[in-house]
Amino acid sequence: MAYSDKVIDHYSNPRNVGTLDKSSNKVGTGLVGAPECGDVMRLQIEVDENNVIKDAKFKTFGCGSAIASSSLATEWLKGKSIDDAMKIDNMDIVEELALPPVKIHCSVLAEDAIKAAINDFRIKNGLAPIESEKVHH
Amino acid sequence: MDLPIYLDNNATTPMDPRVLDAMVPYFVQKFGNASSRNHAFGWVAEEAVDYAREQVAQLIGANEKEIIFTSGATESDNLALKGVFEMYKEKGNHIITMVTEHKAVLDACKHLEKLGARVTYLTPKPDGLIDLEQLVAAMSQETILVSIMYGNNEIGVIQPVKEIARIAHSFGALFMTDATQAVGKIPVNVIEDGIDLLALSGHKMYGPKGVGALYVRRKNPRVKVTAQMDGGGHERGMRSGTLNVPGIVGLGKACELGRLEMHEDAVRLSALRDKLEAALTQLEESYVNGNREHRLPHTTNISFKYVEGEGLMMAMKDLAVSSGSACTSASLEPSYVLKSLGLSDDLAHSSIRFGLGRFTTEEEVDRAIEVTRNAVTHLRELSPLWEMFKEGIDLDSIEWAEH
Repeated sequence: MAYSDKVIDHYSNPRNVGTLDKSSNKVGTGLVGAPECGDVMRLQIEVDENNVIKDAKFKTFGCGSAIASSSLATEWLKGKSIDDAMKIDNMDIVEELALPPVKIHCSVLAEDAIKAAINDFRIKNGLAPIESEKVHH
Repeated sequence: MDLPIYLDNNATTPMDPRVLDAMVPYFVQKFGNASSRNHAFGWVAEEAVDYAREQVAQLIGANEKEIIFTSGATESDNLALKGVFEMYKEKGNHIITMVTEHKAVLDACKHLEKLGARVTYLTPKPDGLIDLEQLVAAMSQETILVSIMYGNNEIGVIQPVKEIARIAHSFGALFMTDATQAVGKIPVNVIEDGIDLLALSGHKMYGPKGVGALYVRRKNPRVKVTAQMDGGGHERGMRSGTLNVPGIVGLGKACELGRLEMHEDAVRLSALRDKLEAALTQLEESYVNGNREHRLPHTTNISFKYVEGEGLMMAMKDLAVSSGSACTSASLEPSYVLKSLGLSDDLAHSSIRFGLGRFTTEEEVDRAIEVTRNAVTHLRELSPLWEMFKEGIDLDSIEWAEH
């Protein structure tokens, strides 16, 4: 299967690889997937006092598309408000990276990781988690 | 050095140029139908087929009359299993095989189950070898066939075929082996090994694709299989269809070269394989899968824990290798062979098979070591699992959100 140039670019030069202090109240961590399924994503956001994401980091165990999806997600998250970040849709990732149908689950995982990170941040700060009722494409 | 480096010789081998040279005349000049008995075109083709039949027979210690040409090992496996079941089902309906067999064997067995066969699928020991006591325990008076592969395609382990044959025969059952990965690579002798049926393929031993053979024993005992393809009664009535003369000539030549060069190839390739393996197992948390002593000389299968196989292969784009991970499928199922050894799913997802071949050079192996090392290191820097491992977190203690 051929990967798109964008997948190859993110895979070869992943953006924002790393770890934020998960004990900090300003940091939300989302850990999704499972080793036995062949992909695990950890996505972290650091949120400032205006509810804007000022930093995002990831680490991913998975195929090239999974790594690229999470790398792209961190790029998109930086500078976004929490509310706007909640609106990132997995199909936006599919489109941007030209993922083939068999790799759509990688984009779903990235979206799940974003939501999990935001909810972790909300819970830490005494807010109720946002339930996602979206049905994935 | 040409890139990518081909290290997937268990999937298919490049054809030896000497094989191609032998085949070329049989496309345009000597194009006859080997069944045409009444003119020179047919005789020339028939002579070439007879010669190839001897070349194949000689490689496995058989008589040339015991060689049935087919389209490849998948057809040979199907013909053997279905043909034996149909021929001997009055005697019994039980077949024994292993879960680590190739799909050609497993799916043919599944088909036979629908036709009333009872099939036992033995699980290997953690090193991939058959548990002979389990085999004995599974045998019964109803057992007509034991089908166990010679050398495994994914991990390269070589099964104790002599012992398996002895056990099968002591219960009056036939012994069949899919020897696709073994023939031409290690000595295989149907008499010494006690093999009644054997499947082999051209393109796994530097021959052409689309041609293979089934060995069917003619005496002690005389084995019969019911044809699965009806037609002109070619191949002693067991496999109809106009013979693929150039393919068969190529298979014959490949077998001859295998017989003459197998030893030299094996010595050289096992040294290169051991070098590759020694270098890569120096990486932390890397494990060789399967028995390392009873193993094909050109194969190694290594799990690099905490990196995912498909992602790893992408980082190793200068190498053509195969992964135990199948993340492209909807089911995300990792290799069933590796899982049957008791490997956890994540370790099975993290495995790479290196298959060396006659044309692999030391320079290529050195490059493969470098590329693999760099790729594993790069991906571990990206891997949350590696970070957790390094922090001493037990991954089994985490509640993963399976999807």
